[in-house]
Parts: sequence; structure tokens; C-alpha cells
Amino acid sequence: MKDKSKFKLKHFINYIVIGAATIIFTILNFTGVLGLSEQFLLEKITIAIILAVSLGLVVGFLGELSLGHAGFMCIGAYIGGKISALLSSSSLGTGLPNLLISIIVGGIAAAIAGVAIGLPALRLKGDYLAIVTLAFGEIVKTLFLNSSDESFGGPIGLETPRYDRNHLFIIGFVLVLVMLAIIQNIIRSKHGRAITSIRDSEIAARATGINVTRYKLLVFALSAFFAGIAGVLYSFSNYRVQCTKFDYNYSIEILVMVVLGGMGSVNGSILSATLITFLQVQLASILTGDLAVLQNIFYALVLILIVIYNNAPALKGFRETHNLKTFFSKLFKKKKEDVDPSLVKDDEAKWNRIPTKINMDELLSMDVKVTESTMKPDKDKGGSS
Amino acid sequence: MENVLETNNLGIAFGGLKACENVNITIKKNEIYGLIGPNGAGKTTVFNILTGVYQPTWGSFKLDGEEIKNLSQEKINQKGIARTFQNIRLFNNMSVVRNVMVGLHNRKEYKCGFFTSALRLPKHFKVEKEMRSKAKELLDIFGLLEERNNLACNLPYGKQRKLEIARALATNPKLLLLDEPAAGMNPNETMELAETIKLIRDKFDMTILLIDHDLKFVSGLCDRITVLNFGQVLAEGNISDVLNNKDVIEAYIGKQEEL
Repeated sequence: MKDKSKFKLKHFINYIVIGAATIIFTILNFTGVLGLSEQFLLEKITIAIILAVSLGLVVGFLGELSLGHAGFMCIGAYIGGKISALLSSSSLGTGLPNLLISIIVGGIAAAIAGVAIGLPALRLKGDYLAIVTLAFGEIVKTLFLNSSDESFGGPIGLETPRYDRNHLFIIGFVLVLVMLAIIQNIIRSKHGRAITSIRDSEIAARATGINVTRYKLLVFALSAFFAGIAGVLYSFSNYRVQCTKFDYNYSIEILVMVVLGGMGSVNGSILSATLITFLQVQLASILTGDLAVLQNIFYALVLILIVIYNNAPALKGFRETHNLKTFFSKLFKKKKEDVDPSLVKDDEAKWNRIPTKINMDELLSMDVKVTESTMKPDKDKGGSS
Repeated sequence: MENVLETNNLGIAFGGLKACENVNITIKKNEIYGLIGPNGAGKTTVFNILTGVYQPTWGSFKLDGEEIKNLSQEKINQKGIARTFQNIRLFNNMSVVRNVMVGLHNRKEYKCGFFTSALRLPKHFKVEKEMRSKAKELLDIFGLLEERNNLACNLPYGKQRKLEIARALATNPKLLLLDEPAAGMNPNETMELAETIKLIRDKFDMTILLIDHDLKFVSGLCDRITVLNFGQVLAEGNISDVLNNKDVIEAYIGKQEEL
């Protein structure tokens, strides 16, 4: 029984791809190729990835719909931004320690909020939980909107210290890697199994002795923690936090990333977060002035097309021949080896052995004896009509 | 022999409806005990009380001499009562072996903290390896080893039943509750299931309480049975005595009309 013990590339492919991207962009950055707008785009992408993957943990693995993810991000952004502003006036300045401390504090603040909202709300399920989380997001937004000027800036927003632009997206990438490591390690452990068992059947999970409430809270807290971190990154990236950004639409936008990437797929969430963010930024730069109205139409159109591509039954054959997997296998010219049917253990071999071509001539030349029983149905038909 | 389960005037009412009352069942160690009765007699309700889905309105029950009161489902499972469901509830989108590994989750020997897993400390790998081999061991007993990497929902019906029993057994229970294990099975599968249940009893030294409608299956398997009707205990004792009981026959096939 030696299976499963060997190194599996597919479990590490996302670390490798993101790690490579980090190194490439870092080199490009220090050679001066990347401009300010590219850096900003990369920061946005890392924030989107963190948000999408952390929400994917709740939606795809725990199986609960949360519409308040922007709320957790909002808490992280404000608390982290405030901490950073306070620290910058102290001896720490606006260097890396300042950033790290505010990221951790912002994340923890959001996680606490996650537990606080989770305790009463996780008794609810499905649509009801979705509504409670939605309300939570709006409440958080309104709270910060009505804060005083000295505390969180109220409607003007909170100004955060300026951090060196050259490093921020690298830190974003590193945070993405850290988050991926933590989330994937948990998903692939016994705790991950417990979480997915709750998604598949909560009743059975309880009867099997899984502490459902504890795991739900844990997932909520973890997801909120990373959302908070994304919020802190956002506050650094934009120099200013304004609560109007963290509205209902933003939560839905994150959810769209998760759904498009495929529920329960970490890599899918990463890919769709990257693509959607890229698309938005590109549309915003191309369609300016009077054409700006078209941004949302194009965005919606692309989303509809992706959904059709992913789900339309008519495109099933097209999907099977034109997808990323076959694209990559063609790219690396990895042809599937022909397996000797007798060596394959499972049913596949049995299917191979069944002759698929039916000899029609043989079938047609067969004599069919007409007996009384075969004639009878016609008789009955005649009699009734 | 000591009593594994002892219920004392167990009963529950939903508003004005008494789903069951005065249920007294005593199950000895290593016994296969049957709970039968017509539809709506309250058999599954008794199971739901025993597993903590409902809290009893009256009475109490003891597991291995320890009174169980006001405990959640997961706590009761950890105390040692595992169950299967009338309509199979597997973790459909997980592989067969992972289904059993969820059952092993709470065992003390596989304890592994959250941070140990998140940081992939050596203990995590050790525990995972042990859990997997233990799960395979269990699947081997049920003849499911070949299908271990299939999704649970792709198994045929009979094997899904077996997997559900394997998952329940993985939690290391003292008492196993089987809710209509033979429902929807053909005679061959039922025979095989009866053999499996006997095997479980002998191999794991298990005490089993089962509900079923198939009287042939029940009488071939159980040592003693209790018959419920309209929430009341109609008869209890040895199979032959109970099945010849006038009240029981009446409840099942009705009164003989006097000609």
C-alpha cells in the first residue's frame, strides 16, 4: 500500500506558479520595467486573490453562503490603517515592521469580528445566514461612516501613511503564498475533511462526532482573518480608506470570483480573481469619458460568457477539447500513453473490451419470427380504436 | 453480563403528540437487539433520542451505566453511540476512504491540533498515515477496499449502506444503532448484510440495536426484540415468543374477523 505517499505536482502547482510570478515581477520591478499603474494592478490582484480564496473557504468548503466578506475586509482596512497611522508617528516609522504589525492586528481584529458574528449567526443555515452576513457588512460600513473625524475619519475616510510602492505588491504576493499554505494545509488535513463533511451532510457529520459549531466558527474566523489582511493591504495600496468601497456590491464581486472559479477549487478562485481584476482595470483604462458607461456592460457580458462556457450543455464537447488541461498537455506535448487493457484494474478495461461497433449487417440479416404474442399488441390497438 | 444500554421510561412529546412513551429497553453486551413495529410507531424517534437529536421529555437512558443527559449529538457520539440513517447520509462528494477517515476524526490516538495541521509538523503526516491505514483496514473488512478512491455517491446502494456502517464503526462506539439497514435491498444483499452484521458483532465485540421491517431478516439476526406500536411497547423478549404474541400479530396484520 504505497499509493498517495509520493510527491504530487498538482498539489504544489499553485505555489510554483505564484512563486515564479513573484520572482519575475520582483526582477522586473527592480530593473525598472514596471510602472506605477502595473504595480497598482499587481497589488489589486493580490488583494483579490486573498479575498477570493478566503471566501472560497466558507462558500466552497464549508458550504455556507456569506455575503459579508467586504465587511470583514472593511474592519481590517480601518483597524490596520489606524494602527499603521499611530505607529508611523512613533519611532517605528513607515517601514516594514509597521506594515507587518498593522497587517497582523488588522487580520486579528477581523477574525474577532468573524467569531463575534459567527457565534449567533452560525445557528442559521443557507439563505438566512446569507442575509445575516449581508446585514453585518452593511452595519460595519455604516459604523465607520458615522465615526468621528479623529477616530476613523467618518465620510472623508481614514488617511493611511504612505508606504514604499516598490515593495507593496511583493508583500502582497508573499501574503498570498502564506495564505495558500495555511488554507491548503488545513483543507488537506483531518480538519479539512471535517469541514468538507459538514458541507456534504451536516446531520451525518454531527452523528459522526464532528464538532460542527467549532469548525464553522473556525472557518469563519480564518476566512475573516485573511479578509482583514486583504483590507490592510488595500488601505496601504490606496493611501486612504473610504467605507463606501466596502458595500454589498463588493461582497458580491468577491462571490462572483469564487463562483466563476468553481466552488471548492482554490486554483480556480486564484485564476478568476486574477482575470476579473485584470479585466476591470483594463476596461477602466480603455473605456474613459462617455464610454465609461460601457464598463459595466462589458464586464457583465464577459461574466455571462464565462458562465455559459462553463455550464451550457451544448458546449460540453467543446469544453472537453478546449480546456486548460488539454492546452497544457499539448503545450508540453505530453501524450497519453496507450495502456494495455488487461493491465488496468478497474472497470475501464472492461469497457475497452466490449466491442463498440455493432455489425449492422448481421443484425439486419437476422430472421425475426413473428409469433402470436408479437402480433397481439396490434390486435389490441385495432380493437380499441 | 453487563448492560450496555438501559432506558428508563423513555418518552417524548411533540406538543400534544406523544411520539413514544414508557420505552424500556435493556441491551446486554455483545447482543443484537431488534426494534420493530409498524410505520409511524416511533422507532426512529427512539433512535433520535438515543443519539441526541431530540431531548427526551420523560425518562432517561444509561450507556454502560453512565447516565446521558443534555448532551449534543457529537458528544453522545464521542461517548460511544454511533448510528446509521434510514435514508443514507454519506459525505457524497468525498472519496470512500475519506468518509471513513472522518469517522476516525475524534479517536484519541489520532489527535492532531489545528496548528499542527496548518504548519504541517511531522505529527500531521504521522497521524494522516495512520488514519489512512486504519481506514483501509476497516474498508477491507467490508469489502470496499477496491473502491476506496471512488466518490461515495458513485457506489451502488448496498455498498453505500456498508460504507455508512463502516463510518459509524470508525468512531469506535460501544453501541451501534442501525436504522433500517436492509431497506431497499434484494434478498441476496439482505443475506450478505446479515452476515456482515454478525461479523461486526463478533469481530469488534459490538453491541447492536437495529430497526427493520423485514421480519425474516430480524428473526434470523436478533437475539431479542422489542415491538413498538403507536409509541408504546407492545411486546419484548425472545423472537419466537414475541412473533407469536397475539397483540403483535394484530398490530401487523390486523384482527381476525369472526365468521
